[in-house]
Amino acid sequence: MNSGLPRWADLGLLPLFNLGLALLVAGVVVVLVGQDPWRVLAALLHGAFGTPRGIGYTLYYATTFIFTGLAVAVAFHAGLFNIGGEGQAILGGIGTGLVGLWLGAWLPAWLLLPLMALGGALAGLAWAAVPGWLQARRGSHIVITTIMFNFLASTLLVWLLVNKLKPAGSMAPESAPLAEAAQLPSLHQALAAFGIEWPASPLNLSLLLALAAALGVYLLLWRTRAGYRLRAVGSSPGAAAYAGIDPKRQTVLAMMIAGALAGLVGMNEIAGVQHKLLLEYVGGAGFTGIAVALMGRNHPLGIVLASVLFGALFQGGAEVAFEVPGFSRDMVVMLQGFIVLFSGAMAYVAAPLLARALRVGRAHG
Amino acid sequence: MQANDEVSLQVAAGSVHAIVGENGAGKSTLMSVLYGFHTADRGTIEVDGRPVQIRNPHEAIALGIGMVHQHFMLVEPFSALDNVLLGAEPHVLLHRAEAELRKRLYALMLSTGLKVDLDATVADLPVGDRQRLEILKALVRGARILILDEPTAVLTPQETETLFGVLERLAAQGTTILLITHKLKEVMRLAKRVTVMRGGRVVHETDVAQTSIEQLAAAMVGRKVAIGRDGMAARRGGEVRLRAAGLACQDALGVPRLQGVSLELRAGQIVGIAGVSGNGQSELLELLAGLRAPEAGTLELAGRRFGAAQWLDPHTARELGLAHVPEDRQARAMVMDFAAWESAALGYEDRADVSSGAGWVQRSALRRATAALMERFDVRPRNAELRCRQFSGGNQQKLVLARELSRGPKVLLVGQPTRGVDIGAIEFIYGQLRQLRDAGCALLVVSSELDEILALADRVLVMHAGRIVGELPVAQCDEQKLGLMMAGEVAA
Repeated sequence: MNSGLPRWADLGLLPLFNLGLALLVAGVVVVLVGQDPWRVLAALLHGAFGTPRGIGYTLYYATTFIFTGLAVAVAFHAGLFNIGGEGQAILGGIGTGLVGLWLGAWLPAWLLLPLMALGGALAGLAWAAVPGWLQARRGSHIVITTIMFNFLASTLLVWLLVNKLKPAGSMAPESAPLAEAAQLPSLHQALAAFGIEWPASPLNLSLLLALAAALGVYLLLWRTRAGYRLRAVGSSPGAAAYAGIDPKRQTVLAMMIAGALAGLVGMNEIAGVQHKLLLEYVGGAGFTGIAVALMGRNHPLGIVLASVLFGALFQGGAEVAFEVPGFSRDMVVMLQGFIVLFSGAMAYVAAPLLARALRVGRAHG
Repeated sequence: MQANDEVSLQVAAGSVHAIVGENGAGKSTLMSVLYGFHTADRGTIEVDGRPVQIRNPHEAIALGIGMVHQHFMLVEPFSALDNVLLGAEPHVLLHRAEAELRKRLYALMLSTGLKVDLDATVADLPVGDRQRLEILKALVRGARILILDEPTAVLTPQETETLFGVLERLAAQGTTILLITHKLKEVMRLAKRVTVMRGGRVVHETDVAQTSIEQLAAAMVGRKVAIGRDGMAARRGGEVRLRAAGLACQDALGVPRLQGVSLELRAGQIVGIAGVSGNGQSELLELLAGLRAPEAGTLELAGRRFGAAQWLDPHTARELGLAHVPEDRQARAMVMDFAAWESAALGYEDRADVSSGAGWVQRSALRRATAALMERFDVRPRNAELRCRQFSGGNQQKLVLARELSRGPKVLLVGQPTRGVDIGAIEFIYGQLRQLRDAGCALLVVSSELDEILALADRVLVMHAGRIVGELPVAQCDEQKLGLMMAGEVAA
């Protein structure tokens, strides 16, 4: 998109401005309900970053958002709006969980964990490939099909849990727990192995996987021929056809990569934290990924930063609801809503204003 | 950006005043200010001696200013009458409004000579009729000042002549006409006075009677230019590099776009295809470049033979030494959001100099190669990191040519080589194409500008309604003859 801003302002100033605007409006609402916005902000920041444990939670949430954000971004660069991160992440959890449940008793962790990651990625990939194929070959709009596939995925998960995976005699729609070897070490365990103390939190080694995925996406999109073709199709289908690039192939390919990335959520949630397959482990992160990708301007670095911001909002928000009396969880959801609104849906509303301000500033400066 | 800088313009009532200048000279911005699309940061406008403010097109229309855009602003599925009605309904009841407007339009047609079938659907109207409809639309809204933006871009020479007749008549009846154009011949033919713009300023203003095409061209570019024929006799050409026979194709609605088109391209020869836009030239280019497959026909290229069932694809076309500079630069020739160096690899991304066997893009090599190409093809600014959309039309075209020519093609297809390109760059592009021909390449040039065909081609094919209706050596071509063939009235 062309905002008329210089690159640095487009990538740095504008998102910060939008974030500030969102906080300002949220602050006004906080005042209106009779609370002190500074106290809320302080509690939020302290909750998210004030303690090692808080940081752990923030980064744990961020890990999932990085995966789902990347899943949106890769598809976006191919000109596709992937709303299906939620379903692809659910399938990722199923893939990861099933591999862990089946092979957990026989394989050592060093072999099992990569296989579980692969299982999650492949399940997400296959799930996303279907809407991709339908778009490419049959012209079914990707937005509609991916939304429908989200519903299918959550139904599939319920069916699997209730009819296939629930241990006999159990009332909860949950699988049996994963074997020890199928549990991804959490960060405090890993650090303890090096003699570093860190308080217990759900943060686990899949954060490293997420950062590697972000780096991988960057390299793929901007350093390889495959990424070149994918972006060419996304920004100019006509030019891509002229170059002899098959847009249908790129559509399916981009969706498969996106699905695999979202599928890795299974490593964070199932292998890293829950250690069993259950309901609701994605919990809307697929949709948050859209906001993360929008705010991160579909660039892996931006997505990592936006993920940390959204992770902080989730974690800090939970703390605020706990710390500030009369400030419910819903208020935090509202704040998140404003951030999505200002930095996602209305990302370019302030661009002309900023561009003018910069011009005036330069003229006088 | 300063698009207009201290521009002053005075237009006498009832005269034809031409505004000429290269792309980006500020002509269109100036007209947008007069029509209320933009407001000037400073300065005043007077209409009939009264100072006025024009903040939007409604105010412009109320002041009697009408505009005919280069790209027509018509609703294609509506009838001609309803298009005129739209936005200026004289009555709340549609049938009363139509009846009243119809009466007024008939009176107007009678007095101006602008004839259009009011009940025809616009989509079915030929381009000339659509333009007349646009003019009628402006006049019936009370325009006494008519702004025409590149009105002849889509017309045959004969249609142009008809339009000029109408415009002269309108001027004689007291309508003031502002003609924006880059065709200097038309200025000489029609206008009383001419204003030359360059770089957002008025650089020259004179009576047409006291100037010449050469003088105006020099004022537009700021130096002397030569873009006519280079004087050399037509080349006979060597061996056949590409042979197409019996090409036919249809559009999505099943309307035939090409019928039985056959042609040969020979080494060291430029074949020009003349014709009014939309007579199958675009489809022909796309077929030959492998961008679409025909319903029937064969193609021979570099010893390979392709039939309708197994047609050429763009990738194979490049492998066989066929390069293509597409008509639609913005939508086809480059990815506008890519950096110049990235677009410089478009279509060649699997060549060893672009990406390694493992699939890594050779970024630094590609950047260096693009910088060198920009130097050789005089692309300005010389910055390979700039997005393609940040270059002017002429420089974009030079970038595309640079990419395609640098691969040493055996056959080159060029669509509208200088559309939206300014005169200085046209001279350069013509020079490059001639050089390539002299180096033995077989060229096909499709252009809706007759002058361009006449300046470049050794052999001219004329297309009308999806067929090749004539083939002439350039020496036997003149505008009159080609114009009649383009209109489908004579075959050669």
